[in-house]
Amino acid sequence: MTDRLLALTGITKRFGSLVANDAISLELSRGEVLALLGENGAGKSTLVSILFGHYVADAGTIEILGRALPPGDPAAALAAGIGMVHQHSTLADNLSVLDNVMLGTEPLWWPRSRRREARGRLLGTARRFGLAVDPDARVASLSVGERQRVEILKALYRDARVLILDEPTAVLTPQESEALFATLRGMVAEGLSVIFISHKLGEVLRVSDRIAVLRAGRLVATLPARGTSTSALAEAMVGRAIAPPVARPHARGDVVCVIDRVSTRGVRASARLDAVSLALHAGEITAIAGVAGNGQAALVELLCGLRAADAGTVTLAGRPMAADPRAWIAAGAARIPEDRRETGTIGDLPVWENAIAERYRRPFASGGIVRRSAARSFAAKLVDRYDVRGGGIDTPVRALSGGNMQKLIIGRALSGGAARPDQYAPTLVVASQPTWGLDAGAVAWVHQRMLDACARGAAVLLVSEDLDEIFALADRIAVLHAGRLTPARPAKAWTLAGLGLAMAGAGTRDAA
Amino acid sequence: MRLEARGAISPAMAIAAPFAAIAFTLAVAALFVAWAGAPVGRTYALIFEGGFGSRFAWSETLTRATPLILTGLAAAIAFRARLYNIGAEGQLYAGALAAVAVGGLHGGIGADLPPAWLFAALLGSAALAGALLMALPAIAKTRFGVDEVVTTLLLNFVVLLFVSMMLDGPMKDPAAMGWPQSVTLDDELLLGKLVDRTRVHSGLLIAMGLAVIAWAALRMTTFGFEVRAVGANPRAARFAGVPVTRTILLVGLASGAAAGLAGAIEVAGRTGYVTLDMSPGYGYTGIVIAMLAGLNPLGVIAAAVFVAGVLVGADSMSRAVAVPTYIADVIVAVALIAMLVATLSARYRLRLR
Amino acid sequence: MLDALAAMLVHADFWSAVLRIATPLILGTLGVLLCERAGVLNLGIEGIMVAGAFTGWLAVHAGAGLWTGVLVAAATGALFGALHGVLTVPLALSQHVSGLGITMFASSVAYYAYRVSFPNVTTPPTIRPFVEMRWLELPVLSAQTPLTLLALALVPLVAWVLARTPAGLAVRMVGENPAAAEGQGLSVSAVRIGAIVAGSALMGVAGAFLTLSAFNAFFFNMVNGRGWICVALVVFAGWRPGKALAGALLFAFFDAMQLRLQQADAGGLPYQAWLMLPYLLSIVALVAVARRASYPQALMRPYRKGER
Repeated sequence: MTDRLLALTGITKRFGSLVANDAISLELSRGEVLALLGENGAGKSTLVSILFGHYVADAGTIEILGRALPPGDPAAALAAGIGMVHQHSTLADNLSVLDNVMLGTEPLWWPRSRRREARGRLLGTARRFGLAVDPDARVASLSVGERQRVEILKALYRDARVLILDEPTAVLTPQESEALFATLRGMVAEGLSVIFISHKLGEVLRVSDRIAVLRAGRLVATLPARGTSTSALAEAMVGRAIAPPVARPHARGDVVCVIDRVSTRGVRASARLDAVSLALHAGEITAIAGVAGNGQAALVELLCGLRAADAGTVTLAGRPMAADPRAWIAAGAARIPEDRRETGTIGDLPVWENAIAERYRRPFASGGIVRRSAARSFAAKLVDRYDVRGGGIDTPVRALSGGNMQKLIIGRALSGGAARPDQYAPTLVVASQPTWGLDAGAVAWVHQRMLDACARGAAVLLVSEDLDEIFALADRIAVLHAGRLTPARPAKAWTLAGLGLAMAGAGTRDAA
Repeated sequence: MRLEARGAISPAMAIAAPFAAIAFTLAVAALFVAWAGAPVGRTYALIFEGGFGSRFAWSETLTRATPLILTGLAAAIAFRARLYNIGAEGQLYAGALAAVAVGGLHGGIGADLPPAWLFAALLGSAALAGALLMALPAIAKTRFGVDEVVTTLLLNFVVLLFVSMMLDGPMKDPAAMGWPQSVTLDDELLLGKLVDRTRVHSGLLIAMGLAVIAWAALRMTTFGFEVRAVGANPRAARFAGVPVTRTILLVGLASGAAAGLAGAIEVAGRTGYVTLDMSPGYGYTGIVIAMLAGLNPLGVIAAAVFVAGVLVGADSMSRAVAVPTYIADVIVAVALIAMLVATLSARYRLRLR
Repeated sequence: MLDALAAMLVHADFWSAVLRIATPLILGTLGVLLCERAGVLNLGIEGIMVAGAFTGWLAVHAGAGLWTGVLVAAATGALFGALHGVLTVPLALSQHVSGLGITMFASSVAYYAYRVSFPNVTTPPTIRPFVEMRWLELPVLSAQTPLTLLALALVPLVAWVLARTPAGLAVRMVGENPAAAEGQGLSVSAVRIGAIVAGSALMGVAGAFLTLSAFNAFFFNMVNGRGWICVALVVFAGWRPGKALAGALLFAFFDAMQLRLQQADAGGLPYQAWLMLPYLLSIVALVAVARRASYPQALMRPYRKGER
């Protein structure tokens, strides 16, 4: 190929015993959009992190325009024209857009930043690619979509020739995703190449010229996008049959949890709710869709007993609830937080202590003394029943994989400290992004547990940014935007486009 | 240069770490000894002899270790909850002052009580004084988010000035001929000697007993779980229903009480009165001891004896060779840093790229 | 008493004392500020000031010029800062504990070295310190030494560096979002260690002010908590150099007033009560601003490259 821009040869990377990348070789041409497709944990992010110099490969080489790229050096990758838009925003909230873009573009020994020139250049780049920004805005005041625009501009400002986008649509509404795709097409027309990472089949087929499929660290297929079907991609990506979760028939029961005109205040938008009302019924899965940072955190914290309502009331099983996690646990709330490592588990403590962490006073202690053997035997049963692998009950949780951590958290929440599954059923399940970052098998496992809990009579609240997940599980869907919640309507009454519009703020009105 | 987590902490590494740290410390300190122009081997032999080489040396070391066990405990339990109480020095003086106020001030409170009761009141008030002193920074931390390190450090200076004020004023010993010294405890309140013709007193047993209690409490009780959970991950602890604020306050009170007791026991067991130099930095040394012990209360006993031996040994060594006693402080400081790095290397592997 | 107070406030001597007391605090606070803007707490300051006070003085005592002494103190601070940097940045040890370790190490080494160098002295040997800048012929300033001028000049300089230079932007970025800095091709470790070394050098100079300007000898415990007060002042100043100057001056104002009132035996209070005032004031200031303090986002968060 004459217009070859980038070549990766035999890239291998191990983390302990896990082979994240196994001898992967790839090429990228000028003006090409290459999609890296694979489920969570397949090694996509690792591969681009090596390309960008965040990680050093154990073996393999990278060439750009025929020259070898030194490993483990983001500065060299940037200089060679590689730009990266990370999955999570890498902007400093307290600095301006211009500060964030300029950083690292001037030698550190310069006695003065050339801010005026930089500003002009940023505005020029923004105009050229149709990405409007205000250089002086504080990043903290920007929406998720605007932040992503700044991230892309950061790369374009440095004259990137290859732009890597890591799961860029995960945080966008369907309409924002369309706008992003249009931007990408404009960039390709200007001669840039794009590596587009995703696990969503449909958008991969729409956006890319060529698709590289990763599975368990290996490159299993490289296909042209034209003429490839989603089913062929799915088979290549998953490589094994995964039984889809089975929804047992469940009937909508009584109201279990009522949120009545609740408002919360906060500095960040994610902490604000504005007169939100919602009734959760037993035997029903209610999903909250929305772009991250629109009040989901506040809603979940409210229902986990971590945050008090500044106005309005919350009742569970008829009783008004305060901001006290213990009261919620005692009232039968099974809580699955978004952040497994930082909120869900205590990494330095062993599996058994994490397994009883929500019930360490009752039933696993008497007279202030922890009943160690009862606790340990409960933990052993939990590990067994919920299939937590990667260590025994004395292993620090930190050493478990994300999927096994999630199994431990879900097992702890759903079993309620009872040794046998028929001894306990939660009244309310609150799950925030429960499948984030999990592979397909674990996703199906988590979905099955949610459906089972629902069938056994729990009211389930699912907060998710993944619309596929929402449509797969939810009986009713409500959309959260800027702290306001739409009425919950049956899932069948929503279209994807309608959901997208609601996520962008159309149609949210006062719940009163 | 970067760190890579080891899958599991190997027990061999965990045990080897403190010894590696001590070996490194002695090597560094040897450079300082050589710089002073003294023979390194002989200096170390003298330190060892002075600290552990005889019955008398052991008795002095254990006497010195007694307050250090308590200040070490104060640091260890607070640090477990990631509450950085650096105020043990001030809390020790507060405890000492409270002890003398209860048990020595002319016709002091409760003079009619039988000695056993009075002694209990003395210990209780010392613990209370230390705890209350620590309550301020703990509340400031939980309520206003003020970093407790700076507040506890600053309070140390305030307390020392307060002690000085008391020794000049209401608690001054009129018989001390202008020397800043407090009144003395009543004789029947002094702790008995464990060994004849030495200074080892029964305070050692109290300190060791408290270490065992602290160890058991951390390991077996719900409060111990709360402390460890809050220290390891306060967000997750709160999510699971641990009362984080209350735990921090309680552990702060316990920590301050331990340091306060150190002061009372030092007064009742060794000096009999309060002076401005009764603690040569026991509060700060306690931090090093806690770190050397890996924040394990039982380990605190061993670490306190080791550090006390170095301090006592350095004192007697410097009378024989021309190495300043400050070598002991150098050893203790280097040991702290070396221990930090050694513990780290038991958990992480260092990769040089 | 109010009359006495008023008389004191109009007297130039009082304001000279304020500036003199403020000088080491300005230098130390700027040092802490640099470290913390890069995301690293440096509790080594107390010991670094002791070490800087000692080495600066020792150099002059051994025959070097006063400014060489200042440089030696700065180098000493930089050296201990580098150690703190290695411990807290690539090794990611607890910044609290490492800083306390540095304080213990630096001060014990200084005391040890002092005793090794002067085994048998009873009164501390003296040097000829910086002299007042009489030639300036300005009211309060001419009663100061050049080090005070240096401290005052450093305030706008540090502010300028942080706000207007690429290096300053890099320091702010590693203190706010180190992952972003690495994504832009910067070495987080290098920038953080650089900031700690520079900040610690200023702490060393702060110490040297005590032995080369305020006094003419090295005493034990001469730093006496000034380092910790600087750590408190940085919070009070909201991590801004200009406010740090204001905070140091305000603090020095109360300290100078306290000294005068103590000498005047005003109110019949024991002198210790007056001496407590600066420390209590620092605590009150901390509590007062803590609620609305906007910390550098990555302060006390170690950054591990390639962590997963």
